[in-house]
Amino acid sequence: MAALCVAAAGLFVTRPAKLPDGALDGLSADPANGEQVFYAAGCISCHAAPGTTGPAKLTLAGGQAFPSDFGTFIAPNISPDPDHGIGGWTLSEFASALRYGSSPDGQHYYPAFPYTAYAHMTDQDIADLWAFWQGLPPSDVPSQPHQVGFPFNIRASLGGWKMLFMSKDWVVADIPSPEVERGRYLVEALGHCGECHTPRNALGGLDTANWLGGAPNPSGSGKIPSLAALDWAASDIAYYLETGFTPDFDSAGGHMAPVVQNFARLPAADRDAVAAYIKALQ
Amino acid sequence: MYKTIALVAGLALLATPAISQNINGAVKARQGQFNVLAINLGVLGGMAKGEIEYSAEAAGAAADSLVGVAMINQAPLWPAASDEMAIDGTRAKADIWDNWDDFQSKWDALGTAAAAMKVAAAEGPDAIGPALGALGGACKACHEAYRAPAN
Ligand code: HEC
Ligand code: HEC
Ligand code: HEC
Repeated sequence: MAALCVAAAGLFVTRPAKLPDGALDGLSADPANGEQVFYAAGCISCHAAPGTTGPAKLTLAGGQAFPSDFGTFIAPNISPDPDHGIGGWTLSEFASALRYGSSPDGQHYYPAFPYTAYAHMTDQDIADLWAFWQGLPPSDVPSQPHQVGFPFNIRASLGGWKMLFMSKDWVVADIPSPEVERGRYLVEALGHCGECHTPRNALGGLDTANWLGGAPNPSGSGKIPSLAALDWAASDIAYYLETGFTPDFDSAGGHMAPVVQNFARLPAADRDAVAAYIKALQ
Repeated sequence: MYKTIALVAGLALLATPAISQNINGAVKARQGQFNVLAINLGVLGGMAKGEIEYSAEAAGAAADSLVGVAMINQAPLWPAASDEMAIDGTRAKADIWDNWDDFQSKWDALGTAAAAMKVAAAEGPDAIGPALGALGGACKACHEAYRAPAN
């Protein structure tokens, strides 16, 4: 009985956090900025249907599989369809998903959805992204269940995970300039570069002591390169994010190719800011 | 054009005996052709960025080399069981062999982009940038699907 009470108390403190209804309603939203946030954050890379290219990618029907040590997660339909997507959601529900990894019906999301990064998004960027969302095409393709076994299929246990691995603090605290600060926002919040470039501990949390230090490839052989030890000039990093070309004119591939495709759509100043942040790590 | 034919012939000479010998030869030959692409892109990219002085002749020669490499028949360079799960020293994913038609069409797209670069290279450094973007798109599309990260 005591154990049960302790367990219940544990679940209580780790219950999904949510923003109150209407919390962000006072902001006037700019869908053009929302589009930039959309590409910088790479929502399209995970939620577009597998194999789609060009404008068809904007239909966020889901279906891509993300293998991990804990099972395979399938990206859901997050198009504005009211029945199969998130068309029936409020702005606060959308914001709670991004900021706290919490669903409208009070469940924890799996961190395969990189909300530990998106938690740092500004209210304004979330409101702008939601305004942009309203113009995306709906899809009536139903979301598929994840292929995750016991005990990882129990979402309540994710509350403890979040307490361990979700932080309001930035990884890099020392920021020498406004440009590096913008770069930090693009890397740590929107671009979620750490999700691929930082190694994980046994519980699947990012090893921030080894921030952007390179990691095994979760979906096959080879390694994801270190950014902390990257010896390229800042202009080389910015050029790579624009064109995919390395300083030796090899070309980016694998899971980095969609990141380049997204970052090529951002203003040059943003690519420069990311490069400045990476150089500041070194 | 003469240069292109000479280049293709030269690469074919390099490649042919290697293939008949073993899989390693084929892997070396296909990696070699990619390095020829990268070296020539370096010339064109340097001109587009203003790091190398533009000359129509040098730009044209680099573009000819790209066109020449894109003309190399790929089939003999990708023998069965030469993927990264089967052997060391390659980053070629096994998916290439499961989707050969798609792989081949991505190679053909490289040829189209190289031909456009040939036109741009004659026009001047400002035309090279956009053509380089299209070429990069062709490289990236294939590497996204068919090349594993390095070790
Ligand atoms: C790395 C891949 C990835 C990226 C990038 C990503 N998501 Fe997701 N997203 C997922 C996965 C996987 C889930 C399922 C999580 C779960 O079921 O617990 C998900 C779930 C969601 C949900 C919940 C949907 C529902 O039906 O409850 C929303 C909303 C969402 N994502 C929005 C976004 C937005 C907005 C972005 C960009 C800012 C984004 N996602 C970027 C993988 C991703
Ligand atoms: C049709 C597919 C395809 C296209 C198009 C393509 N590549 Fe590749 N590339 C590959 C594959 C597959 C490998 C891995 C080969 C291996 O390791 O056996 C590779 C390897 C490379 C390498 C490494 C070679 C080495 O020494 O190991 C470089 C450099 C490269 N490509 C550059 C380029 C550039 C630049 C372009 C565009 C101009 C390009 N590639 C276009 C498929 C492609
Ligand atoms: C979905 C996973 C993923 C994300 C997210 C990601 N990367 Fe990468 N990145 C990779 C992979 C995989 C490679 C290796 C690419 C290859 O094999 O050609 C790479 C390569 C790179 C390289 C080239 C390094 C080298 O040594 O060749 C840079 C620079 C880079 N990434 C920067 C970033 C930045 C900046 C971000 C965030 C804006 C980011 N990446 C987000 C997976 C990712």
